[in-house]
Amino acid sequence: MITTESTVRQVTLAQAIGEALAEEMRRDPRILMFGEGTATKRPDLVAEFGPARVRNTPLAEGIIAGTAAGAAATGLRPVADLLFAPFLCYAMDEIVNSAGKLRGLSGGQFAFPMTILAMTGAGWGVGAQHNHNVEAWFVHSPGLKVVMPSTAGDMKGLLKTAIRDDNPVLVFTDIGLLEQAGPVTDAAIPLGRAALRREGDDVTLISYGKTVATCLDAAARLAEQGMSAAVLDLRSLKPLDEAAILASVRRTGRAVIVHEAAAPCGVGAEVAAILAEKAFAALKAPVVRLTGPDAPAPGNFMLEQALLPSPDAVTAVAARLCAGPVPCPA
Amino acid sequence: MHLLDLMDALRRMTLIRAYEDTLVTLLSQGRAGGTCTSVGGEASAVGVVSALAPEDLILTNHRSAGHLLARGADPGRLLAEVMGRRDGYCGGFAGSLHVSARELGVVLTSTIVGGELGLCTGVALSQKVLDKPGIVACFFGDGAAAEGRFHESLNLAAVWELPVLYICENNEWQAYVHRRETMLGDGIAARAAAYGVDSASVDGCDVAAVFDAAATAADAVRSTGRPFLLETRGYRLRGHLEPDDQAYVDAAELARWRGQDPLDVLRRRLEEAGLAPAELDAVTREAEARMEAAVAFADASPLPDPARLLDTVYA
Repeated sequence: MITTESTVRQVTLAQAIGEALAEEMRRDPRILMFGEGTATKRPDLVAEFGPARVRNTPLAEGIIAGTAAGAAATGLRPVADLLFAPFLCYAMDEIVNSAGKLRGLSGGQFAFPMTILAMTGAGWGVGAQHNHNVEAWFVHSPGLKVVMPSTAGDMKGLLKTAIRDDNPVLVFTDIGLLEQAGPVTDAAIPLGRAALRREGDDVTLISYGKTVATCLDAAARLAEQGMSAAVLDLRSLKPLDEAAILASVRRTGRAVIVHEAAAPCGVGAEVAAILAEKAFAALKAPVVRLTGPDAPAPGNFMLEQALLPSPDAVTAVAARLCAGPVPCPA
Repeated sequence: MHLLDLMDALRRMTLIRAYEDTLVTLLSQGRAGGTCTSVGGEASAVGVVSALAPEDLILTNHRSAGHLLARGADPGRLLAEVMGRRDGYCGGFAGSLHVSARELGVVLTSTIVGGELGLCTGVALSQKVLDKPGIVACFFGDGAAAEGRFHESLNLAAVWELPVLYICENNEWQAYVHRRETMLGDGIAARAAAYGVDSASVDGCDVAAVFDAAATAADAVRSTGRPFLLETRGYRLRGHLEPDDQAYVDAAELARWRGQDPLDVLRRRLEEAGLAPAELDAVTREAEARMEAAVAFADASPLPDPARLLDTVYA
């Protein structure tokens, strides 16, 4: 993609979502959007596309997701905004049992081209019923795709692709990144491709969402200490860019996986398993995960922030791995 | 409004009963898996589906054979699906619980009780936004009416003015629990008023009555573009999941409802109208012959290639 200066602009990640929605709805009249407060909060979309395509819904996540699935199976391409990731618990049947499974169970008779939006992560101190990084649940469910971008540009490009995809795609927005600005273009970004944010030879820091910035910070500190850290932003959790993970870790021989979601059966566990299965011979040190705790996120901004993987911790663990043979890091 | 051809209704209801009887036999022989039969629901299925237009769409549930056969499903292909064969409507991947058949307009089937209620609003939204002519018929049971999705679905369909004909087939049983244990009140239809939805309740054992009520309801949905709740009152004459000895069912209550078996009700009416028992028996023999051919067809159909399972998960 060749971009000229005029097509690259700086917008916030929140604005990037609005741009992706507007551009896609302009392109395809089958796309419509609904959710709790969607029309109220996006008057520009209502003005351009009308109230039939941009709708407020009752506070009822199950029927919002079910309506999206039913509409997707019969000719529309809905985008449903379920607001906060923990609210997806009310919509699990429609997302997991219907949208995810009824294509396979019906022998491929129906497709479910739908996009689910949900916010998550530390940033507002809203507590565990608004902040719970549940992305791995959906990675574990057949028929679904999952993305969690770390930049405004990725959010716009990946959301556009999600809307064009003929499968249900969950697009998780990291609350902590909503107001972060970055360059955007009009181009769609394919799912399933990680972004190598920084080249490196000694250790690969693998992450997604807001902890990508944590890893970049750590990589800069490691460079000051004479260590060269690569930073790989997964962006797409399913499909997962296994080739990029393996290529980087085969080069560095060391991997630290960093995410805000809890460790048990998380995306980091999957990445670690892939490395154990397919890059064992290249590993010079144990694979380490640094994650949020297996605990409800506190509704207390200071505590919420304190429980995130920190640049200090990532730097320390990576440095220890690079120092030489280690039995097992803390 | 067109009239229901009662002999045609008898043929379809008899085929549904023969299909379910055949499936139970195959199950006892180890040739088919457990199934939730629609025995007792034949008049509801045939009465409602006969009142629909070809362009209308249907969503159904785990007890779907009656709806599918009433809509004209080939019993051989339906049986092939339940027996896991390649010529089934879903290529042998659905089993008996999630059969859908796009070519028949049976667009989505959820075996999660209430799942179809969560999906039908979206199907109706497509019809409305894309300006397609058909309405959406959504079949569910009294058990599903206890799910939160019943409320969410009727409420949204009412507020968004979606063309959904909700059909609550109240058969008094919710898996292994009688309805009287799970809800107060005499039925489901009265709830519609709270959502601003019109409703009716009809004897689900009388196919002519069901047809009349469904035709009126479908016309209302078609002309107003708004939802309607039709409750058909009947009884689940067999158990929840075959094999099921119904030991938990009150014998007197079951006997009373067996006296209103929808097939017997219709046969009696046709006999009173002057049809000879021999003519009616011929219908039964015809259905049995069709099922014999259906079993042969399903038996001859190959198993699906397991590798194809992964082909259909993602578009």
